Amino acid sequence: MDDFRDGVEAMIPALRRYARALARDPDIADDLVQDTLVRALRSEKLFLGGDLRSWLYTILTNLNRNRRRALARRPPLMPLTDTGADASGTEAEGSDIARALAMLVEEQRAVLLLVVLEGLSYREVADIQGVPIGTVMSRLARARAAIRASLDGERPMLRRVK
Amino acid sequence: MTEPRIPVTEDELHAYVDGELPAERQADVDAWLAAHPADAERVASWRAMAEALHARYDRVLDEPVPPRLQLDRLSAPLPRRWIGGAIAATLAAFIVGGGAGWLARGAAATPSTFRSFTVDALDAHRLYVVEVRHPVEVEGSERAHLQQWLSKRVGYAVKAPELEGTGLKLVGGRLLPGPDAPAAFLMYEGASGERFTLYSSRAKTDATQMRYASDQRDGALFWADRGVGYVLSGPTDKERLSQVAKQVYDQTEKTGG
Repeated sequence: MDDFRDGVEAMIPALRRYARALARDPDIADDLVQDTLVRALRSEKLFLGGDLRSWLYTILTNLNRNRRRALARRPPLMPLTDTGADASGTEAEGSDIARALAMLVEEQRAVLLLVVLEGLSYREVADIQGVPIGTVMSRLARARAAIRASLDGERPMLRRVK
Repeated sequence: MTEPRIPVTEDELHAYVDGELPAERQADVDAWLAAHPADAERVASWRAMAEALHARYDRVLDEPVPPRLQLDRLSAPLPRRWIGGAIAATLAAFIVGGGAGWLARGAAATPSTFRSFTVDALDAHRLYVVEVRHPVEVEGSERAHLQQWLSKRVGYAVKAPELEGTGLKLVGGRLLPGPDAPAAFLMYEGASGERFTLYSSRAKTDATQMRYASDQRDGALFWADRGVGYVLSGPTDKERLSQVAKQVYDQTEKTGG
């Protein structure tokens, strides 16, 4: 039983990293992690062994999808999504990549982050998203192409603005 | 360098970068990249992307874990801030959901039982499945009380089906307004957070076949049995939905309405 708790606890920093990149806003990201932990602790009995790490990433990925659904259902007079900007986007270093990430479709962003940032295997990501490996690979390819295009296109645009 | 006999695919280039390429193909890809500068450049850009991501986000690993994420605190009472946010989110969702439901109902002059049930049930499903902390009024741990209370209010025996066989645990339930009479609403959750809801209420139709409805994100199965209409809502995966619905149906049949 304590193994379970210790295992969950050891994953908190990595879950925070994933959530931060997934949701941009640091508070929303920690909300996601908090909800993930609450759910994990509550469902301990439903966790029948298997890979704790993948399971936690699955919960967080699902919660983020639910959160975005809820946002999409809000009336358009409350455009809460992007006004808060990215608090850490003011840090010059790496802000390009954050902006490029934000432009990706949800599923593609999750695949890219799980593979590249969190180091999960294609198989694990396929299980997390409940799709075949081929779908994971095409999402990954599209994510990489989109990020590349966005990074390539960004520099001249910035020059024009400033 | 000689060209590999089997050309290297785009998928293999990704697998190469992600360390998922079978060892015996490694040399082929190395040779391919030496001969194809455009591909080599792409591979280099993907590696740079990975470095940029780590440079940007790895610092989160070194941040101290905020108190609200410490496991010991998570069993303590909820912070006030969150409750306020949850209520606001619920109200916003309710206004939109209610509006959409009303429009959908207004569009059909004489809504069928199927339609009115499914619209109401899917509205409720969407409203409550996104709730993390307050998805239900009465928790699944108080099963007996929940069943007794709902049965009294809806006017037929409500029994929360046991769905552990399909990997679902009862989260709890609540009472809702239904198309013609109060409705019982039960929520179930799988290990990785997928949620199903079972909505039931007195129906004018005595019995029907199962019917499937879905929008882009949620699927629903409707059926009526002995004067009670049921809607099971969940992910759009029809097979999974039918599997769960069958369990529900078998159990409601045994208890008798």
